[in-house]
Amino acid sequence: MNNEPKKHPWQKLLDNTWLLLALGVLIPVLSYTVWGWIELVLTKPALLP
Amino acid sequence: MSSPSHSLADPGTPGRKCGTTGLGVCLDAQRFIKLNAVCGIVFLLLGGIAALLLALTRWQTIHLLPVDWFYRILTFHGINMLILWILFFEVAILYFACTTPLNARLFSRKVAWVSFGMMLTGAVMVDYIILAGQADVMMTSYLPLVAHPLFYLGIILVAVGTLVAVFNYFATLYVAKRDKSYTGSVPIVTFGATAAAIIAVVTLLHGAVVMVPTFTYSMGWTPQPDPAWYRLIWWGLGHQSQQVNVCAMVSVWYLLTHIVLGSRPINEAVCRTAFVLYILFINLASAHHLLVDPGVGATWKIWNTSYAMYLAVLASMVHGFTVPAGAEIAMREKGYTSGIFGWVTALPWKNPAFSGTALSLVIFGFLGGITGVTLGTQQINIIAHNTLRIPGHFHVTVVGGTSLAFMALAYYVIPLIFQRDFIFRGVARVQPWIFGIGITLLSFGMSFAGSMGVSRRSWDIDAQGVYGPAAHLWLGVLGIGGVLAFLGLLIFVLLCVGTLFFGPKIQDRAMADWGTPPALAGSSPGSLAHDHYATKGTMVLTLVFLACFAVYYFANWKALADVWPVR
Repeated sequence: MNNEPKKHPWQKLLDNTWLLLALGVLIPVLSYTVWGWIELVLTKPALLP
Repeated sequence: MSSPSHSLADPGTPGRKCGTTGLGVCLDAQRFIKLNAVCGIVFLLLGGIAALLLALTRWQTIHLLPVDWFYRILTFHGINMLILWILFFEVAILYFACTTPLNARLFSRKVAWVSFGMMLTGAVMVDYIILAGQADVMMTSYLPLVAHPLFYLGIILVAVGTLVAVFNYFATLYVAKRDKSYTGSVPIVTFGATAAAIIAVVTLLHGAVVMVPTFTYSMGWTPQPDPAWYRLIWWGLGHQSQQVNVCAMVSVWYLLTHIVLGSRPINEAVCRTAFVLYILFINLASAHHLLVDPGVGATWKIWNTSYAMYLAVLASMVHGFTVPAGAEIAMREKGYTSGIFGWVTALPWKNPAFSGTALSLVIFGFLGGITGVTLGTQQINIIAHNTLRIPGHFHVTVVGGTSLAFMALAYYVIPLIFQRDFIFRGVARVQPWIFGIGITLLSFGMSFAGSMGVSRRSWDIDAQGVYGPAAHLWLGVLGIGGVLAFLGLLIFVLLCVGTLFFGPKIQDRAMADWGTPPALAGSSPGSLAHDHYATKGTMVLTLVFLACFAVYYFANWKALADVWPVR
C-alpha cells in the first residue's frame, strides 16, 4: 500500500526536471527561432530601384 | 575505495562536513567550484580594466583610447564580462547547487575536467586573438564583419565546455534522486539553478548553431551565412546567456537572504512557478534586439517581446516581492516589529553579502527592470535602439544585478569553500556600496546621454557636431560612475585574491560572522508563516516600484509622441 501523500499535478510538474527541460527547449525554439527563421526564409529579396 | 553511491551520507563518499553550516560538501565539487570561481574572478578583472578604459574614452573630455583600440577593448570587455566571468562563475554555482543542498556528490570528476579544460582553452584563445588585433568585431561579431577563426573556435569551445558542465549538473540531479540523497522536492536554490541550467541548454545550442558555420566561413570552407539569419540565431546566444544570469542571480538572492536572515520563500509553489515562467518565456526576450530588423514581421516581434515576454516579467516581479517579503517576515519573527519599516533599518547593512544582495535587488528591479520593459516595447524602442540607453539598461541588470549578487555570494563562498576568512573585513563591508553606487551612476550617465540621442559603440560624438553640453555632462557622469565601479571591482578582486593567499585558515571551526540580526526577546520563529498582513512594508515598497514604473513608462510614450508632434 502506498502511504505517500498525493501530489498536486502542478507540484508534479515542478518536480519533473526532464519535462521542464523539454518544455524549456521547445517553447523558445518554436516561438523565437523556428518562427523567426520561417519569416526570414519567406522574405523576398529587395529589388534595387 | 570510494562508495558507488552519490549520496554524501553513505560511508566512503569523498566529502567533508562544513564547520559553519553543518552541511556536507563534496570534495570534487569543491575543487571545481574553486577552479571556476577563480577563473571567473580573473576574467572579471580583465573585463573591468577594459571597462575603465572604455569609460575614460566615452567621457569625451578625456577620450583616452585611439579609435582602433576603442573597438578592440570594447570587444574584449563584452566577451570577458558577459560571457567569461558570468559563465565560469555560473558553473561554480551549478556545481554547488547540485551537491551541497542535495547532500550529493558530483556525477563525474572527469566530465568536470573536460568542461573546465574546454572553457579555459576557449577563453584564452578568444582573449588572445582579440588583443592581437585580429577580432575587432565587437561582442556581437555581426556578419559581414569577420574575425580570425580562433575567435569563433574559442567561443565554440567555451559554449560546448559550459554545455558539458550543464550535463554534469543534470546527471548529478539524476543520481542524487536515484540514490535518495535527498527526499521530497529539491530546495529552491537548486530549483532556481535548474531553471538557469535549462535556459543555458537553449542558449548554448543557439551558440553552436550560429558559431559553427561562421567558423567554417572564416576558414574559407563554406559561403557566408546570411547576416539576418546570423543576427536571429546569435541573439539566441547573446541575450539568452543573460537570462541564465537572471535565474542564477535570483537563486543567489534566495540563498543569501536565507543564510543571513534565516528567511524562507513566503510561498514555495508561487516562487517555483515564477521560475517556470522564466524557463518557458524569458528566452523570447532575445527578440528585443531585432525590433528594427526588417526581416522579421511585427507579429513575431510583438508576440515575443510583449505578450509572451511579459509572463517572464511577471516572474521577476514575483521574485522582487517574495525575496524582500521573506526577509520582512524573518525580521518580524525575530522581534523587529516597529512600524512599517523598522525591520529595514535593523537589517545587517554592514554585512557585505547582505548589502550586495539588497543593492542587487533594488538596482536590478527599479533600474534594470523598469528600463528593460520600457525599452522592449516595440514602439518606444524606435527612439532608443542603438543609443546609449541600451547599455544603460543592461549595465544595471547584468552588472548592478548579477555581478553584484555574485560578488555578494563570494563573501560566503570563499570562507565556506576555500576555508579562509576574509582579510580587511572593514574594507569588504563598503565594497558593495562603492560598486553599486558606481554602476548606478554609470547607468544614469548612459541612459540620459542616450535619451539625448548619443549612440552606443561610438568612439567620438564630437565629430557629429550635434550634441550640446548636457550630453557631455552625462558622459562625464558615465565616466565618474565607471571609475567608481572599477574601484569597487578592484577592491573585490584584491580582497578575494588576498584572502586566498593570506586569509586566516578555517579548519573545523565556523567562519567569522559577517553580522546577522539577533533574535530579540519575544521573538517567535514561524509565527507569521500564514499572516498575509505581515509583509506590509514590502507591499508599500511594491507600490512605490509600480508608481516609478508607471511614471517612467508614460514619460517614454510622451517622448515618443513628441517625435511627431500634431499641433
